[in-house]
Amino acid sequence: MTSSVAPVVRVSDLVAGYLPGVNILNGCSLDAHQGELIGIIGPNGAGKSTLLKAIFGQVKVRGGSISLHGEDITGLKANNLVERGVGMVPQNNNVFPSLTIAENLQMGVIQNPGIYEERLEFVLGLFEELRNRLKQRAGSLSGGERQMVAMGRALMMNPKVLLLDEPSAGLSPVRQDEAFIRVSEINQAGVTTIMVEQNARRCLQICDRAYVLDQGTDAYTGTGRELLNDPKVISLYLGTLGTDVQ
Amino acid sequence: MSSRESSQSPEKTTNLHVGTIEPGVKKIDPIITVDDVRRQFGGLTAVDVEHLEIPRGVITALIGPNGAGKTTLFNILTGFDKPNAGKWTFDGKNIAGVSAFKLAQMGQVRTFQLTKALGLLTVLENMKLGAKSQKGESFFFSLFPFFWRKQDAEIGEKAMVLLKKFKLEEKKDEFAASLSGGQRKLLEMARALMSDPELVMLDEPMAGVNPALTQSLLDHILDLKKEGMTVLFVEHDMHMVSHIADWVVVLAEGRVVAEGPPKEVMRNPAVIDAYLGSHQDIDLGIVTGRIPKNTPKLS
Repeated sequence: MTSSVAPVVRVSDLVAGYLPGVNILNGCSLDAHQGELIGIIGPNGAGKSTLLKAIFGQVKVRGGSISLHGEDITGLKANNLVERGVGMVPQNNNVFPSLTIAENLQMGVIQNPGIYEERLEFVLGLFEELRNRLKQRAGSLSGGERQMVAMGRALMMNPKVLLLDEPSAGLSPVRQDEAFIRVSEINQAGVTTIMVEQNARRCLQICDRAYVLDQGTDAYTGTGRELLNDPKVISLYLGTLGTDVQ
Repeated sequence: MSSRESSQSPEKTTNLHVGTIEPGVKKIDPIITVDDVRRQFGGLTAVDVEHLEIPRGVITALIGPNGAGKTTLFNILTGFDKPNAGKWTFDGKNIAGVSAFKLAQMGQVRTFQLTKALGLLTVLENMKLGAKSQKGESFFFSLFPFFWRKQDAEIGEKAMVLLKKFKLEEKKDEFAASLSGGQRKLLEMARALMSDPELVMLDEPMAGVNPALTQSLLDHILDLKKEGMTVLFVEHDMHMVSHIADWVVVLAEGRVVAEGPPKEVMRNPAVIDAYLGSHQDIDLGIVTGRIPKNTPKLS
């Protein structure tokens, strides 16, 4: 706590899990400062998604604490967090398939319908492709388009903190790159972003700092560039496939 | 960027086709042939393949944009969906209308993009289900453990060997529901191999699997080829595709728009435009302006 400004999100020694007696997170810590883009990478089952869910109040916290702008938010429910400016885009099932795109976006501001028009303009400015298709049912969209709707919905409440669970999953290479560029743009608009990614190389290329999670704890941390070139991180997590890319 | 000991480029099988390379080119020894297969969902034509042959004994990648019809084609070939028209063969036999479980017995197994592990069975039980011709499947024999105990033990051993390969051995007694998304992918692939298939079809096998583990799994897929199996897979990870695939088929809007050896396909301007994108070989830090263009590389 030496820095004068409290981090936007601070996770301290978090312990959490689903089944009784089985902890997925075992003392995991993380700081996200104002305007930072934080990446979270690590092996399968390391607890990456669980960490995001715990921050967003979807998994019961068994130990440790989470704070937002210095204020303790451990155990708060998702709706309270949305009111405080936290948005989340889950990995799967992240749109309402039977609703139209417009209705999906409306669901994003259900706690404050008055700002719909204004926020809609902002979101459509970011995802221009959705503008002419607002009446289309979300269930008929492709994976990449659904990801846009899900991100757009999370942005409707004008969050200060955005939690993203694998925004590039299941997308074709060109769409993956677009998703990362979009995330970078959202972040550069001032939204502190915490992103879990399996496409670790791409993630590290755009994030300010990253954490490598292993067995429920933060094993390594550093700037994206440092981790990208750290031999230990390469051999344990990144692998060497694709190093021929500049 | 020199530590490539573990990932030396595997030897590619060449000379798979007859004549000039073009969409629908004839193969020397096809295991699957597809003719005029069309699948429509309402007004949308998801698959419209005039002619396609998948070469035997090698690794073929099926790539294409989201919504190109890759999974639909998989579903048709594996008996999970019926097309509106067309015919297709496996190993020279017409398999139109043959149900999925019969195809599996014929030696063609698949995995799913969205995993279908049985959550309330343990990991080991899931694996054992994958083995075929189990004596205990017969009602009569199932009553007498004497008949199947030995076979069950053998199946268990085989399952453990595969679980080790896929780094799941420590999870063997846990419910499949407790696995993470990536681990379920691994379980599904391991289970598919329990039936000693001739053709393995993998739908985005590495999506959600961390990169280092992906790399070690690629060696297992290459081993399958050495053992004489044919592998057909859908994947978006182009490093993986160019590393292990001998042949690449590109699907867009339901049609085969290009095919050929990976290097050539990935140089095809139409493929770059529709699928790979122009940033493929560029650091996204530069694209997004987060790092200056002339930053010297750290390594």
